[in-house]
Parts: sequence; structure tokens; C-alpha cells
Amino acid sequence: MNYVVEMKNITKVFPGVVANDNVNFSVKKGEIHVLLGENGAGKTTLMNILYGLYEPTSGEIYIKGEKVEIKNPNIAIEKGIGMVHQHFMLVEPFTVAENIILGTEPSLYGGLKLDNEKAVEEVNRISNEYGLAVDPNVKIEDISVGMQQRVEILKALYRGADILILDEPTAVLTPQEIEELGVILRNLANQGKSIILITHKLKEVMAMSDRVTVIRRGKIINTLNTKDTSGEELAELMVGRKVNLVVQKEKREAGKSVLEVKDLHALDNRGVPALKGISFEVKAGEIFALAGVDGNGQTELIEVITGLRNAIKGKVLLEGEDITRLKTRKIIEKGVGHIPEDRLKRGLILNHTIAENMILGDHHKEPFSKNGIMNYDIIHEHAKKLIEEFDVRTPSEEVNAKSLSGGNQQKVIIARELNRDPVLLIAAQPTRGLDVGAIEFVHKRLVEQRNRGKAVLLVSLELDEVMALADRIGVIYDGKLVGILSAEEATEKKLGIMMAGGKA
Amino acid sequence: MERDSKLKTFVENIKFPLLAILLSFLIGALFIIWTGNNPLVAYGALLSGSLGGLDRFGQTLLKTTPLIFTGLAVSFAFRCGLFNIGAEGQYVIGALTTVAAGYIFNSIFGDLPRFIFIPLVMLAGALGGALWAAIAGFLKSKLGVHEVITTIMLNYTSIHVSNFFVRTALNPSTLEGTTQKAYTVLLPESARLTQLKEIIPWFGYSSVHTGIFIAIICAIIAYFILFKTTLGYEIRSVGQNSHAAEYGGISVSKNLVLAMIISGMFAGLAGATQVAGLNYKVDMAPISPGYGFTGIAVALVGKNHPLGVLASALLFGILSNGARRMQIEGIPKEVVGIIQGIIIIFIAGERIIKFVSEIRERRNRKCNVEGVN
Amino acid sequence: MLSIIIAVVASALRLATPLIFASLGGVFSERSGVVNIALEGIMINGAFFSILTTEFTDSPWLGVLVAAIVGILTSLILAFLAVHLKADQVVTGVAINLLSASFTAFLLEIVWHRSGQTDPVENAIRAKPLPLINKIPIIGDLTSQLTPFVYLAILAVIVSYYVLYKTPFGLRVRAVGEHPRAADTVGINVYKIRYICVMISGALAGIAGSALSLGAISLFREGMTAGKGFIALAAMIFGKWHPVGAFLACLFFGFTEAIQIQASTLGLGFIPSEFLQIIPYVATILALAGVVGRAVAPAADGVPYEKGER
Repeated sequence: MNYVVEMKNITKVFPGVVANDNVNFSVKKGEIHVLLGENGAGKTTLMNILYGLYEPTSGEIYIKGEKVEIKNPNIAIEKGIGMVHQHFMLVEPFTVAENIILGTEPSLYGGLKLDNEKAVEEVNRISNEYGLAVDPNVKIEDISVGMQQRVEILKALYRGADILILDEPTAVLTPQEIEELGVILRNLANQGKSIILITHKLKEVMAMSDRVTVIRRGKIINTLNTKDTSGEELAELMVGRKVNLVVQKEKREAGKSVLEVKDLHALDNRGVPALKGISFEVKAGEIFALAGVDGNGQTELIEVITGLRNAIKGKVLLEGEDITRLKTRKIIEKGVGHIPEDRLKRGLILNHTIAENMILGDHHKEPFSKNGIMNYDIIHEHAKKLIEEFDVRTPSEEVNAKSLSGGNQQKVIIARELNRDPVLLIAAQPTRGLDVGAIEFVHKRLVEQRNRGKAVLLVSLELDEVMALADRIGVIYDGKLVGILSAEEATEKKLGIMMAGGKA
Repeated sequence: MERDSKLKTFVENIKFPLLAILLSFLIGALFIIWTGNNPLVAYGALLSGSLGGLDRFGQTLLKTTPLIFTGLAVSFAFRCGLFNIGAEGQYVIGALTTVAAGYIFNSIFGDLPRFIFIPLVMLAGALGGALWAAIAGFLKSKLGVHEVITTIMLNYTSIHVSNFFVRTALNPSTLEGTTQKAYTVLLPESARLTQLKEIIPWFGYSSVHTGIFIAIICAIIAYFILFKTTLGYEIRSVGQNSHAAEYGGISVSKNLVLAMIISGMFAGLAGATQVAGLNYKVDMAPISPGYGFTGIAVALVGKNHPLGVLASALLFGILSNGARRMQIEGIPKEVVGIIQGIIIIFIAGERIIKFVSEIRERRNRKCNVEGVN
Repeated sequence: MLSIIIAVVASALRLATPLIFASLGGVFSERSGVVNIALEGIMINGAFFSILTTEFTDSPWLGVLVAAIVGILTSLILAFLAVHLKADQVVTGVAINLLSASFTAFLLEIVWHRSGQTDPVENAIRAKPLPLINKIPIIGDLTSQLTPFVYLAILAVIVSYYVLYKTPFGLRVRAVGEHPRAADTVGINVYKIRYICVMISGALAGIAGSALSLGAISLFREGMTAGKGFIALAAMIFGKWHPVGAFLACLFFGFTEAIQIQASTLGLGFIPSEFLQIIPYVATILALAGVVGRAVAPAADGVPYEKGER
């Protein structure tokens, strides 16, 4: 059989975790092969081993039939392996050409002078050869994400890669860009390149691949021909049981408006407009979901509502009261709960105890604090109560948040935010990186909140989640609201078009 | 059970600094051997010179006093995620404002009673240090300028600022019409701290003064602020994760500035007690005395815990006072400086120990494999 | 008047010379992502060992070479702790500074049996009139007041600029300082680059120390660096982490010092000398605060790189 990559009995153990457990994985020449699995299933670890970023604990790798030991990326590159990482490995202040040649620079006088002309020439040559147009002389910081991805692919091709690994390449792309990427990859495959695609998105598997290997909890479940399988079958293999993403929820009438966002404008961290006049409202007793591709202003929107970012124009009203210029502390006190999109960055202080994390945001108020003095007895009692109520798996409330699993960390945050009994709950990517059990827990809590007549603003990149939970769905694109659909009218297709900025 | 686990974390916490100190003394011994001396004799001299008798111990406490303050300064800022390398400069400015306040209050109010005058000059010193530190705090919180660089720059600036005032506005020639001097006017008698030997004669020649008690009280205050108050909770939150703190409604910029100001107050008090307890004046100086830099070492060895700082400041006090006795025995006192440097290197490279054990493990594994083959 | 101006310019160049070497050292280290607070301590070692070597071999240029080697050895402590063990780079730098000051004072006592300062060496590196150029008016006068260190410093600036911006090695250094992971994924050995840069930094700072002792007062004195390493650090920041920028900043700082020394001759005695002395420090703070064009450090400056990080 004509396999270009064969990974045999690969095991990789990190302290406390078996990331890959006796994995066998092989790729044919000229195919697009998807490595499918949930977050944390071990896909990226396996590919990092292939690319020489990790050494396997045990196992063997064959490239084009030859047994190899890939101790570092240099060897991988030498063997014709290229990798496009999920977080681009590009040096921002460098030009496109400099990034592409970095590490394999053309030079004069035996390495004493960088040959810039040759570099640009080479970049132009391969970009023509594979139909990937780029401008070699612009800086990375000045080009779009889609273009940056192209540079990453060119980087691999410049190094003579004929085995190309792409890690979650579609996460940051619009549906149109995803389609373009599909065409590019198919062209490359037709020119004899073998492509490995890491993803957890079923739709892309079905659209782009020839074969698919499913990995779950570090183990290979099966390898299938894409045309012989279906999305449903793959989903089942991926999570290990029939998925029931349909959340049980009664229909109910929404009440009065709780959150009103009016013509909101704001800038992102680089000072570029991120919100360009967005307006919507969230009513009591409904889950209003904001769907959209990452990076279309969701982060900035939440930050403006919660007082973490200044609006340059427009208004945010909470139960009719203007909260646009209020500080975060005041907004919390007005009854806004917030499950942040990045729980490690915003949601928790990892080196504080669970007890100390459970009061973040309420720490300055009685009974936790009186006249500027903390009452740690009450704080610990409070934490014990919430640990019990929300079933946080921990030895005690005195351990640091760092030592909890992702799902339990998220429970700490949810416990804290719901305990405040907020009139508005903002849940940003609340299930990112969680396993199925934890996802169900989070979904149940969100619906409960809605059923108690509270307003819920859900921001999610996962269309399945949005469609399962929301009463109404707004789609955000380029800092503006494209439109709002009721749960009944929304279909994946309509939402997809809107997420690309089109009218449904 | 709970006490057990607390004891365990305590041991866990001090295990490493103790090991670092031990190793540093061992390496120091090599330097002593190099000079042709017996390390045991040298370290004996070090200990007897610093702890042998109440007079010597008093002198050790005298050296310890400013180190407690600067150690607290560095560790308090560190709890808020700030690396205050500027305790040095805050010390210099604190000393200067203490002398200035002494002169000003004395000339306005005449002879003030000690229980009023001493707190006043202490406050002046603390405010001087706080003001100097606040510059770095504001630049960090408003403009994101890294405090390490600003505090270094402010250290050198402070020396020249101090020299300028010593030479001009605070010089006896300006204020008292004498000839030009290389130091300021003297601090009035009633603003000076009491020396312990005035109360307990056994302290003999040592000049230890009540500043040591002020230092210990400050350590307790620092502990209380950090671990018992809302301000402390907020400061530690900002220090551990400023994004999460901000999300929890904590003002990051306010806490950065506050932490820096409190840190600067401690460093300023180092200057104030040094002036009010020992020197009674500020001299012209080409370089600063180094208490701020040693304060970094004190904070590191004390694991940035106020009570740890007390212990480690005493250690550095012992080293610096004992060095004199070693010098008398004919061993260069620089050995002590070398030991201090090595302690910091070990503490900074906490992973050295881990690294060494990893190498050993790898070697063992290799041996095993070879054995099998 | 002309002779005064020439004297000031010459003095500025001489004073700037140690700063130029050391701040170029800073540029190399920080461009690769390692903050080098230890410049001061490395300079102290360089200053001492160049005098020591010259004292015993009577060869000042061997002294410079030994200063560079000792600088490299000292910098290896920083490299090992900061790169390998991911220790806090600032703390390590502070430790090296303390250690170097004590270590040289210790050796001074062992070798010369006294503290404070060494004897002057007879054969130091002194200003010499250059043949031919010597005959040109003004330039001849100026060059006759300059030591070979000055020319060496200017050469070092040009070479540093070329290496960092025109060679494959320089491209890699800058990539490592900006985005070490990206460099790692294209097969660049991040640790190796950082080690090399810290060692270059040590060599340059060691030479800077020898310029301070051998090239100026012919002896070693405790505390003679007096913060020069930090002024060099300031110059590097003021010069935006660029060799030519750092060079210009050093010249500027050299001039302020020269003017301060010559203040009374220049009729500037009314300016308090302290005011001129704080200029480098205040200028650097203003540069960082964005008052005189914002200075931005390399993105990964001071961040240890963990290879197997997930």
C-alpha cells in the first residue's frame, strides 16, 4: 500500500495524562485525511509528535516506508512534513517573505548576507506554482487572517513539504474563506501533496476529506472513507454515544426587555473599529444567542456591556437604565452575571483558592467584607455551600483553582455568577473545551435561568449549541448585526449565509 | 489534621530557601579556603560577631532594621505583580524628606514633644518614599511603562536629586550660615528615635534604636493588609491575574498605584528610621547605600511573605554585621557579598535543584538501559 | 573656543565609548528575548580583569581579550539561569551585579592586598595621534585625543547593525525575540540563539568594562562603573533596541556628561551639575512614556521559552 505516513503504536504520556494511547494512524499519498475528535481528544498531540514538537513516549513512525525518529521540527521538515498551526506561527513585524524563508534563508557569501531578492523571487515562484497569491513585501501585521493562513501554507511548501498538517484551519475563517481553503487544499492534493486536517467540525469533514480517522480520549476509534459514512455516524464515534444536543425546554413567552443595546460603537485593542453600530435587545425569560465567526466583534461587545471596554458611541440599557459609562463593579451590582469566554484569562485567578475565587466580584460587599476587613470564615462556608450545590469535584475549598479540571473550573465560575441571581446572564462560549457531561450541565443551567424568567445572552461559535438553546438568534458580522431569526425559522444554511454577512 | 497540612505547607515553603542558604555558605567556604583561612573559623567569627553578646546582637538588629523595610517594600509590590527595584531610590528620597520635615517643623513650631515630632518625621519619610514610588506606579498604570526600567532610572535620579538638596537648600551653609558642608542640617534632638542602650545598658556600644520595633510593626501591618483586608484581596488578585481582577470589578490601575505607594512608604520609612535613629543627617553620596537591592534578596528569601521577610532580613543583618568580625580575623568581608549573591542566584534558579535531579535521573536511566543491553 | 569644543567632543566620545559597547550588548541580548540587567556587573568584571591581565602580562590588548572572555563567562550564568532554567531574568541580573561587585573587590584584596583600588598599569590603552590624519586641522586635533576604543566602538555599531539586519543569523535572532515559538516550529534552536546572543552581550559588556578602566584611568577602582551599565541599558531603550539608535543615545548621554564636566569652562556653571546628571535617566523614562516617540520592546523580551509547552 502506498502510505506516506505511518504512525504505529504511538503512546504519549504527560504528567498525569495519557494524551495518546497506542495510536495507529496512516495517510495515503495525495489524499485529504481528517483527524476528527473533540477538544482534548489528543489530535494535536499526535500531530505535534509527527512534526517533532513532542517526542512520543513509545511507538514508531514511518515516512514513505522509511523508519524515522523525528526529534525536532528540523527533521520533520527534512522528511517533507509541514505544519500550519492553529495559532499562526508568524512574526508580526516581519514581511511575508521574511516569514516564509525564516530558518531556511537564501544567502550570499556563505551565509554572511541575507539574499532578499532571491527570497522575494522564491516566494513569488511558489505562490504562482500553487496558485496562492500573496504580496511578499507587506508585513504580517497588515494582512487579513485568511491571508496569514496562506502565508503559513506557503511556508510549508517553501520547505518542500509534501505532507501538510493543518490544525483547526477553519476556526478563524468565514464560510467563504473556508470554501476557498477547500479549493486550495484539493488543488494541492491533486498535485500529489498529502494533507492531514485536524478538526472537530463534522461539516468540514464531509465537505473536504477523502478519509477520516476518529480519535477519542487518546485512542483511535476508526478510520473510514468519507463517502461511506455520515455526519451522524461520525458524531457518534467522536463522542462515544448517541448525541442528544436537543435540550429539553418548554416554550414560554418572553417578558419585558432586560438588556437593550443601541447603535453601539467600540474599538478593539489595536484601535480599529470592532463594533460598528450594533443594536439588539434581550428579554426576560429568553435565551438570546449571538452567532458568528470568531473575531467579528463578539469579545468587544461583551466587554462593553460589562464595563471592561469603553464605547465610543451608542448606549447599553439594563432594565431601562443607562449603564454605558458605568464601571464593571457597578454593573455587577446592577445584576449582570458573566461567564467569560476565556475562563483561564478572565474567569479565575488560578493561584487563589476556590473559596477566594467564589467571591470575586462580590468580595467587597457584606458578608464577605465589612469595613474593608475580609471575613474568611464566612467566605469558606459560602464556598462549601456552592461546591455542594454545583457538584464541584474538589478535595476542599482551600485548594487552588489551578488544580481543578476544566469542567470543574467552569462550575466554579457558573456557581459564582448564578449565586448572585443576576437579571442578565452573559454566557460567552460557556462550553468551550468541556467534555459532553460538563456541556450538558452548563446547558441545563442556562435553560434553568431562562425558565426562572431571567434574561440570558449566549455568545457561541458553535452553531449546534446556538440552535439547541436559543429562543432567538442574532448573527453578528463585522461588528454589526446582520439579522435576527426566531428559533423556528433558523436553519444551519440560513445562519451560515448570515455569518458570512449575507441576508437570509 | 488541618494543622498538619498547614505545617506541611510551611515546611514546603521554607525548605528551598534554607537549602539555598546552606549551599551558598558551602560555596562561600571555598572562597574562604582560597584566602588560606579555615571556613569554620570564619563562620565562627561571623556568628560570634553578630550574635555573641547583646551588644553585638544589637548591632545586628541595627543592620536588620532598614532591610526589613526594603524587604517589605519589594515583597508588597511583588504581591501586586510589580517588581519594585526602586526601593533604593525611595529610601534615598525618604531620608531626604525626613531631614527636611525635621527642619521645617522645628522652625515653624519650635521644640515639639517627641511623641508628636517623631511620628511627623516618620510620616514625612514614608510620604517621600511613596511619592517617588508613585511616579513608577502611575507610569505603569496609565501608560503601561514597565516598572523595572522606571524604578532603575529613578534610583539614579534620586541620588542626584538628593545631592542637589544636600548641597543647596538643606545645607547648613544655607540654613545656618556655616561654611559649605557635605551633609545636611542635623535632625532636631526631639525628632530622633531612642537608642535601646539608653533603656537597657547591656546593649553596650550598639546603636540599635526603636526603629526595629517600627519595622516589626510594619511587617505585621503588611501581613494584615495583604491577607485580612479587602484591599489586600484586590492587590493579590491584580498580582495573580489582572484580567480576572478587572473582570471582577477590581480597578487594576488603582491597585497598581496603591500597591506601589504602600511599597514606597515602607522603603521611605527605611530612610526615615535610618536618619532618625542613626545618622541624623543625609550625606552627599556618589552612590546609594544598597539597602534597596539587598531588599530584593530579603524579599526573595522570605518568599514575599511579610513574616518571611522578618526572618530573612535578620539573616542578611547577621551576614552584614558578622562580616566586620570576619574582616578582623583577616578574611575579606567581600566573601559575605559573594554569599549573598549566590543565595539570590539559587533562589532565582529554583529549578537548579530540579535540573540537577533530572540529570541524575537521566543518567540512572541510561545506566539501566546499558545494563540491560 | 574651537579647542574647547574639540575637547568637549573628544570627551563626549570617550565617555560614550564604554556605553556604546555595553548598550550594543544589551541590544543583542534583548533582541533575542533576554533582559540583561547584568550589564553593570559584567562591566565591573571586564574592568577588573583587563587591569589584572595587563598588570601581569603587560599587554593591554590581551587585557581587552580577557575582559571579553570573562564577560562571556559571566553572561553564561545569566544564559544558563534565564534560558535553561527559566529563572526570573531581572532577579538573576541583580544577583550577578551583586556578585560581580563583591567578587572583584575580593580578588582586589587577594591580589593587591588592599581595598579601594589597584595600582595604575603602566601600559594602558591611551589616545594616540594618528599618522597623516594628524596633519588635518580640527580632525587631527580631535583624533589625537581619542583612544583606539572609540574607533572600535564605532566599528562595533556597524558590525552589529549588519549582523542583526542583513544576515540570516540576525533575522533568526529577531524572530526569536518576537515570537520564539514561530522560530522553533521552523527548526530554529531558540535556546542556542539566546545563548549566543547573551554571550555576545557578555563579550561586549566585558569590553565596555575594559574601556572604562584600561581605556580611561589605567586602574580599577571599586564601584567605578557607578551605574554606567544601567545608563547603557537606558541608551538601548532610548535607541529603541536598535544598534544605531543605541549608538546615538550613547553619544547624547556622553555629551551631557562631557558638558557637565566642562560646565564652568563653557560658561554653564549656573546649571546645577545634578541636573545634567539626571538627563539620561529622565530621558529614558520620557521615551518609555511616549513623550519622545514611543519605545516598544521586542514582544518576547524577558519571557522564558518553554519548549514542550502545550
